[in-house]
Amino acid sequence: MSAVEVRDLHKLYRRYGRRKNFGTLKSALLGGRLRADLRPDASFEALKDVSFTLARGRTLGIVGRNGSGKSTLLKLIAGIGRPTSGTIDVEGRVSALIELGAGFHPEISGRENVFINGMMLGLSKREVADRFDDIVRFAEIGEFIDAPVKTYSSGMYMRLGFAVAVHVDPDVLLVDEVLAVGDESFTHKCLDRFADLKRQQKTIVLVTHTLDLVTRLCDEALWLDHGRIRAQGDPKRVIDAYLLDVAATEDAAVSTARPVSHQDSLPQDMTTAAEGRWGSREAEIAGVELRHAHGAPGQVFRSGEPMDIVLAVHAARELTDFVFGVAVYSADGVCCYGTNTHIEGAQPQRLSGKGEVVFRIDALDLTAGTYRLDVAVHRADGVPYDYHRLLYSFRVTSTVKDVGFFRPKHGWTFSGGVEIAGPGVSSEDS
Amino acid sequence: MISGGHVLASLRQLLRYRALVVSLVARELKARYRGSVLGFLWTFVNPLLLLLVYSFVFGVVMPGARAPEIEHYPLFLFCGILPWTWFSQSLTESCVSLTGSGSLLRKVMFPAEILPAVTVFTGLVNFGFGLVILAGFSIYAAVPLLTADLLWLPAIVLVQLMLSLGLGLLLAALSVHFRDIRDLLGSVLTLWFFATPIIYPYTQAPERLRPLLDLNPFTHLAVAYQEVLYVAGPYRQGARLGIAAGVALVALIVGYLVFDRLRETFAEEV
Repeated sequence: MSAVEVRDLHKLYRRYGRRKNFGTLKSALLGGRLRADLRPDASFEALKDVSFTLARGRTLGIVGRNGSGKSTLLKLIAGIGRPTSGTIDVEGRVSALIELGAGFHPEISGRENVFINGMMLGLSKREVADRFDDIVRFAEIGEFIDAPVKTYSSGMYMRLGFAVAVHVDPDVLLVDEVLAVGDESFTHKCLDRFADLKRQQKTIVLVTHTLDLVTRLCDEALWLDHGRIRAQGDPKRVIDAYLLDVAATEDAAVSTARPVSHQDSLPQDMTTAAEGRWGSREAEIAGVELRHAHGAPGQVFRSGEPMDIVLAVHAARELTDFVFGVAVYSADGVCCYGTNTHIEGAQPQRLSGKGEVVFRIDALDLTAGTYRLDVAVHRADGVPYDYHRLLYSFRVTSTVKDVGFFRPKHGWTFSGGVEIAGPGVSSEDS
Repeated sequence: MISGGHVLASLRQLLRYRALVVSLVARELKARYRGSVLGFLWTFVNPLLLLLVYSFVFGVVMPGARAPEIEHYPLFLFCGILPWTWFSQSLTESCVSLTGSGSLLRKVMFPAEILPAVTVFTGLVNFGFGLVILAGFSIYAAVPLLTADLLWLPAIVLVQLMLSLGLGLLLAALSVHFRDIRDLLGSVLTLWFFATPIIYPYTQAPERLRPLLDLNPFTHLAVAYQEVLYVAGPYRQGARLGIAAGVALVALIVGYLVFDRLRETFAEEV
């Protein structure tokens, strides 16, 4: 039994009147182009060939970059606008949380707005009356319910809008990124309500950039890219594929944005030095590359995955006193980790001609963020041959919003009177 | 192309959403009357002012210009100005009914024709209040109001409702694409006002101009209101009302079809 069935959906957005920002009938009549102005003269294909079915009681998460057609798809399912071609079948009552409190009238009371909003969302007057107390309780509006809506704080406004929308008792609930607004406790309330609706076997379609939410809440995921479905199915798999793709694009962006500068002067104070490169160049680091476990170069890594820092080195003449070092800094310059071959007790023997040094990180246990790298080759007493300070950066992505820099491998165990279920119990990468 | 079934389906939808229309009309009225001190009166300031001006002009300045058979000129005037106010306000406000509700159209699934309909029905309620004021005048002027003619009133109001709805839908939809329609409409309505027997009786118009007047559907409506509410003796112009009804029906169908044709563009253009 499918609650939402979308077949071969295409949506073409049309732009009208390229030269007119505000068309006027006068100019249309004078120019004799009334019909021309009513005809679209440019179009943009927002959705191409989108098909999927969603069974009743399932939760679908739709992800994708900005402008990939997510909201368009949601609006079409909600019945706002018509598809250019293709069909959408929705079983039962649809409620869309696309904008909270859309259509509230500022001059009249919250009470009257609840009735009008509820009826706009498809309830009868009696049905709104039956739910009224629940709505007010959920929204935590209290006595303000009889004050004009224009006197509400934006938080109250949103809570009331959300309360109405979720009490419409929809068979299919469509949610567009509304959780991005509102404070922590409101967000929790929304999530609790979703859990309730899921238990009641309601079908939910969620559009969000919070990927974590998709893996936690959704039974299925769908990734839209430039209006087409790139992947659909198991949330974890879809999100991973999406993250990989985002990473690939970011790679391109990061590597073009950060050309290696060559600066040979020695800075006054090494610890506060900005990025740069210095040293005698008796030994030289000719190239630095970050690689994924499978050997592909990259600049974006998922937290917990392995990373290789590969240094291409060469020495003009043979050296016996040399140390290789690596340090990882946070974006704001805090040293997260640093080490070198001398500290770790390695005995240098010989460096001559070309060579390669690989610093392997088995698990990049860092939280999400941008990090920068120092790499260096220097003498045991610290005199640099070639020091690259903060010249390289990489990004760590994660679906978990934990804080700090270091994410140890971890897990939670509960026993006795402690009962916790659901996501967050087992750490995602351990 | 012209499919009556389509229009019927839309009317059914309007019927299904009637509770919402009723609430929205109530909201309009409340919001308008609550926000200002004079509240309710504001709606009637304009027609009363018109009434005052024309009564002064034709009663005091040049009393010879008006038809001698009109005994209570202000009352006669009011019979025409009242429905005209409803009509012209419906059209003017329909122009902004969609363009002023962008967030609703873009974010909520919601039959857009409700918005111009609410405008027209809000006008209807105000018209109803106006009739009460008119009744007061009639009693004051000792003009018998409770005649069998009054049975025509619902039919006349219905014809005007259809005409206003049709034109309202048309203007609302076109205003989304042509923002100057509202300004143009202002001039057209001024012309239309004088081309309708409101400040003068139909019978005072020159014989050769009457066919032109007859082309104006509001002529038949205005005359009907005057006959039913003011002129003594039974109303015998059912045929004229029939013509107006026909025009109103065509306006409704055309207005709806244009509206429906442009419906998809609303969410993207407002």
